Amino acid sequence: MRNSISVAAQSPEALPRPSGVRRFFKLLLKQRTLVFMSVPFVIWIFVFKYLPLWGWTIAFQHYRPNLGLFEQEWVGLSQFKFLFADESFIRVMRNTLAMAVIKLVLGFVTAITLAILLNELRMIVFKRTVQTISYLPHFISWVVAANIISTALSIDNDGIVNKVLMWLHLIDKPIMWLGVGHYFWGILGISEVWKDVGWNTIVYLAAMTMIDPSQYEAAEIDGASRFQRILRVTLPGLKPVVIILLIMNLGNILETGFEPQYLMGNGMNADYSENLEIFVLKYGISMGNFSLATAAGIFKTVISFVLLFSANSIAKRMGEERLF
Amino acid sequence: MQAPVKKVYKRFRSPGDRLFDTINVLLLLGLTVVTLYPFVNTLAVSLNDANDSIRGGIYLWPRDFSWGNYKYVFKEATIFHATLISVLRTVIGTVVTVLASAMVAYTISRPEFVLRKFVTVMFVLTMYLNGGLIPNYLLIRDLHLIGSFWVYIVPGIIGVFNMIVIRSFIEGLPEGILESARIDGAGEFRTFMRIVLPLSMPALATVALFTGVYQWNSWFDVFLYNSQVPDLSTLQYELMRMLANSNSNSSMTSASAFANSGNDNANYVTPTSIRATMTIVASLPMILVYPFLQKYFVKGMTLGGVKG
Repeated sequence: MRNSISVAAQSPEALPRPSGVRRFFKLLLKQRTLVFMSVPFVIWIFVFKYLPLWGWTIAFQHYRPNLGLFEQEWVGLSQFKFLFADESFIRVMRNTLAMAVIKLVLGFVTAITLAILLNELRMIVFKRTVQTISYLPHFISWVVAANIISTALSIDNDGIVNKVLMWLHLIDKPIMWLGVGHYFWGILGISEVWKDVGWNTIVYLAAMTMIDPSQYEAAEIDGASRFQRILRVTLPGLKPVVIILLIMNLGNILETGFEPQYLMGNGMNADYSENLEIFVLKYGISMGNFSLATAAGIFKTVISFVLLFSANSIAKRMGEERLF
Repeated sequence: MQAPVKKVYKRFRSPGDRLFDTINVLLLLGLTVVTLYPFVNTLAVSLNDANDSIRGGIYLWPRDFSWGNYKYVFKEATIFHATLISVLRTVIGTVVTVLASAMVAYTISRPEFVLRKFVTVMFVLTMYLNGGLIPNYLLIRDLHLIGSFWVYIVPGIIGVFNMIVIRSFIEGLPEGILESARIDGAGEFRTFMRIVLPLSMPALATVALFTGVYQWNSWFDVFLYNSQVPDLSTLQYELMRMLANSNSNSSMTSASAFANSGNDNANYVTPTSIRATMTIVASLPMILVYPFLQKYFVKGMTLGGVKG
């Protein structure tokens, strides 16, 4: 018995072995259905996701759309120099950073809080209902959301926010919320929470189901109150998920979005509502300065990569979960 | 003093516990109100007679019920056509994306596939690489996709996140089922179509929902590539233009121009009620669908979120 196995294992050695390349092509031929099912999409992804990377070169050129690829004038880093000297770019960077920090902090705190509140609910039907309703705003477009938000914030009859605040005697007369620049970051932060806080609880609620129930029982027997159980059992149980999401979000921190800023921005709040994406759109598409807009885009990507890798290596050094 | 003794048999709740529960329920009720009120209010305004809405004071239900706004919106040729394009891109985009993502996901779930690693890396890398707005725009321009319906479909055929959700699901299928299909002489494609696709319905439903929502809600690609082609406008883009009009122009001029634009409709409409009506039309399909798929997308988010 033992003999026959070893012979079977050795027999390929005995035959003249096809070389690696030939074996590869032979397998490829044999698996041609799988090849036909995947390779066209690899070509697709190459064209639509990798080819545009070549477009980064135009940030180092004085790009003129009417000239061919190889007829462009190379200008080195002068686009970047112009960018960093541009006052509006500095302002746009300030807005982007402010929006990013607000989004990150507010997003994490509210989603974790809501997940904990839902987790503490004992009425299952009520819990399910609240969950379903809280997902709702995630499924509407920013166009619809911006419509709803600007209606709610308006100074005329439909502006529920002004109405409630006046009813509570917090303000004397209606405020034009979207007409005052320095309210914009706050309005944006709250709008983003309104739209996605429910959706963002999904992953935390899933992580909470992984916490061993005996930990809660032990804490209860030791006389821990509800708050203490949340602080000592639930929150530590969420730590790995929070750290992974934090690293992923740090890599995307400058992706502050484009739609809410564009849709709720106007002439009166432009100094606070214009972020990097809008800068790129304005210079690139509206004014046709493709080179400068691409340079701004590259700047964003480089910063994102630096942040992603440093967050990851900090997590590694602290002995925490990490992305890669 | 018998009551406490009785309660021990149920579950002991201290006064602090009860206070916590009460505050918790109140907070969550507050969240529900803040989430739902804007929709309910918009619905009420859209179902209220436009003329009457000017007086204000409509909160939870219409005061002077009327279908007038809806009749007006659907008689408007632009909006009707835009709705049609929205439906088309949602249906075609979803079918194409689900099939293509599932197909590639299946190939990279086959351990014996020689190109498995190559294909996986090619796709996963794009999660971190992005050419950016301008290079993408130039590519679309050079491919002559500007001014075409296919610019809504082709650039987004496969989302990497969606593919990972499906792959994780296929990898969890019992290997024996695929094995028996192969023993019965089914080829890879047949196995995929007849066995893998039907068994992966939960994952496909998740991806279909994500794609459908994305397609239905998109307006930026219309704005960027097809703003010069009225025939390819979508519902969201039309709503966006109304919002932009009302932002830049708080007076009635542009809006009433729209409201009275050569329409033999006897109904009187106002920009506010048209906007409310369009908001409902643009969000209702997704609002009606997602609760039924909740079980699937919650699972999909957890799968993709953890492994992706």
